[in-house]
Amino acid sequence: MIAYIVRRALYALPILVGVNVLTFSLFFIVNSPDDIARMQLGDRHITQQQVDAWKRERGYDRPLFYNAAAAGAARLSDTIFFDESLRLFVFEFGRSDSGRDIGHDIRQRMWPSLAIAVPTLLIGILVNITFALIMVFFRATYVDFWSVMLCIVLMSVSGLFYIIGGQYAVGKLLKLVPISGYYGGWSAFRFVLLPVVIGVVSGIGAGSRWYRTIFLEEAGKDYVRTARARGVGEFTVLFRHILPNALIPILTGVVVILPLLFMGSLIIESFFGIPGLGSYTIDAIARQDFSIVRSMVFLGSVLYIAGLLLTDISYTFVDPRVRLG
Amino acid sequence: MPVVLLTDAFFFALIALTALYAFYVSRRPHLQAAWRKLARDRSAMVSLTVIAFYFAVALLDSLHFRPLIETAETAQGGEAVYSNEVVSVFDRLVSPLGERFEKTYSAPLAVRGYVKEMVEEDGVRRHIYPRLQYGGAALAEPDLAAADIARRAAVWGLAGLLACAALLALVCAVVAGPRRAPAAMRAVVRNATGGLPLRAVAVTIALIVVAVFITAGIGREYHLLGTDKIGGDVLYQALKSVRTGFLIGTLTTLIMLPFALALGVCAGYFLGWVDDVIQYLYTTLNSIPGVLLVAAMVLMLQLYMDQHGDRFNDLVTRADTRLLFLCAILGITSWTGLCRLLRAETLKVREMDYIDAARALGVARPLILLRHVLPNVMHIVVITVALDFSGLVLAEAVLSYVNIGVDPAMHSWGNMINSARLEMAREPAVWWPLLAAMVFLFGLVLCANLFADGVRNAFDPRSEWNRS
Repeated sequence: MIAYIVRRALYALPILVGVNVLTFSLFFIVNSPDDIARMQLGDRHITQQQVDAWKRERGYDRPLFYNAAAAGAARLSDTIFFDESLRLFVFEFGRSDSGRDIGHDIRQRMWPSLAIAVPTLLIGILVNITFALIMVFFRATYVDFWSVMLCIVLMSVSGLFYIIGGQYAVGKLLKLVPISGYYGGWSAFRFVLLPVVIGVVSGIGAGSRWYRTIFLEEAGKDYVRTARARGVGEFTVLFRHILPNALIPILTGVVVILPLLFMGSLIIESFFGIPGLGSYTIDAIARQDFSIVRSMVFLGSVLYIAGLLLTDISYTFVDPRVRLG
Repeated sequence: MPVVLLTDAFFFALIALTALYAFYVSRRPHLQAAWRKLARDRSAMVSLTVIAFYFAVALLDSLHFRPLIETAETAQGGEAVYSNEVVSVFDRLVSPLGERFEKTYSAPLAVRGYVKEMVEEDGVRRHIYPRLQYGGAALAEPDLAAADIARRAAVWGLAGLLACAALLALVCAVVAGPRRAPAAMRAVVRNATGGLPLRAVAVTIALIVVAVFITAGIGREYHLLGTDKIGGDVLYQALKSVRTGFLIGTLTTLIMLPFALALGVCAGYFLGWVDDVIQYLYTTLNSIPGVLLVAAMVLMLQLYMDQHGDRFNDLVTRADTRLLFLCAILGITSWTGLCRLLRAETLKVREMDYIDAARALGVARPLILLRHVLPNVMHIVVITVALDFSGLVLAEAVLSYVNIGVDPAMHSWGNMINSARLEMAREPAVWWPLLAAMVFLFGLVLCANLFADGVRNAFDPRSEWNRS
């Protein structure tokens, strides 16, 4: 098991290197540090001295890959690539373009993100499984047909509509919960409630339709037919036979996104003013703070790969047929 | 003088390619089975009809030209002078719609403004809701607006119905010949058309035509969906956004398709190091969260365009280039899924007997790929294209909200929704731009989803078993 995990982690390395090189070339080669400096300084009438000073402050005045002026190992290490990209591998994110410590920001902002994302995921799964089970119980009837139609209709509504509509109806008309904002501790509940509900509702369409397909796939298998032939009731078949077996693909599908929950939801967080990582990214995009965007891209892909690894490991727990070697 | 923008050219290329594929399929009966099955699916055909309507709007809006400026010189046969402004055929068709600007917001079908103003009437200054400049301007008495609108709706609706009947008669006469036209019409009405859902399609077309007629009738005198902050007609903006949404949904696929096809098929067929490299490529791209990759790329594009402003000085060219690049960027993030599916399918196809036979007969490798593998993995492409379309249209709205979508000056549902956030916070709320954008967006996405469902049922070999 441990050997497997180590091997998988080693497999992940070239991919992370690829991501790193890709983001680096995106952020430093497509546009030179000079361009970035000019944009950050804002003015069109700035002097080259100002640009140089800005670059020196952040260490962007060095060569990209190879520093011929330095001696020994510093030829490779005293470059932008080494400083900005390779340091990401040990999760040193450095400072943002506006001078704040990115690592510190991430550690602080991760909690509000989790406060939204974890309940949304858990409640979402419960709700979706319930709806999917109802649809499967009534399969091949009008209930099933119209439920699928309803799912497609729900899927077709833009997520933005759920957010704007929900905010307007619940926050402004009914004045039940604050429209936006966040406060730590137990009072966070009031702020978290609406985003979570909206997150769950906007996911119902696609989620329950997907789970329905998984359940139906299980329902067509031989062991289910055998169970029915033995005279097991439909309810028992559904809960004792189909549900546990269908949970395997559902669970593994959920495990993939578990690490990504840290990243938060871009849109919901920024709409509700939650100070999480999602709104952090959005703000960085709006302010065109490339250091932050670059860090988040790298963090996101690390978490994604971690999710894949977790998925494979979780298979061994839920499915005894799978052995990792 | 006709103007072909970059996106227009790609759009025309896409249409040509689709026509080419249709021609290719029409000559090969074994490829037609799935399409026949799709043609019998009622909800898919009804959705396709609605999508065709959206497509028509997008196409008309893609035929751009610079209008001729009438001067004394041109009238005397001098050199023609063209306006700097690029307009589309669609703009001319809905002519007064895009040119009438009120002062600011006004509610749908309103004859009075949304904001109170000081108006001098008969020497008395009063604080009232002023009459609109265009909405219901022909009315002597604003209270008569409701009756006038109802009358217009009835008259134009009736005209629309008559037009539908004439259209049906014309189509039947062309298809079945003038003498058998009445019988063909009866068959459509009774739905006795050999399993093809012609009646449902006819009803859909009729509804669309009547809706267009009523919209035209009322839209000439009123702002059917109100006006936005600068007084522009919301209906016009929602219609102009159709092109943007449609292009994002289709061009993205067009741009990514060659890469996904070539790489996926090669990886699956050649295996070995080719497979390793291609797998590494898409795993790497796939492991970056999509929105972040798009954000990073759009930021870079934005900066590039700012720095090289001289190349994009024209507002239209600028917006157009950005739209095209957005499609390319979305394509880069979305080709990986299709590539993986194609690789898996090619792995299956390469073990088939007919490939062995072709190999034994000494058919060259490129020919095997082109003539034996490619046509047999095309169903994956068709399913993916149909499924991706709605997601891409929705993605445009979200991206525009984050300001990494299309140019802010471009008409798009995302931009409309984006501005609606502030409008909803006003008192009383300005709800109509949001609603208009949402309704048009929802219509396209819903039809695309239903159609994609039909496509999957018809093309996916697993689907019949799935429906159990």
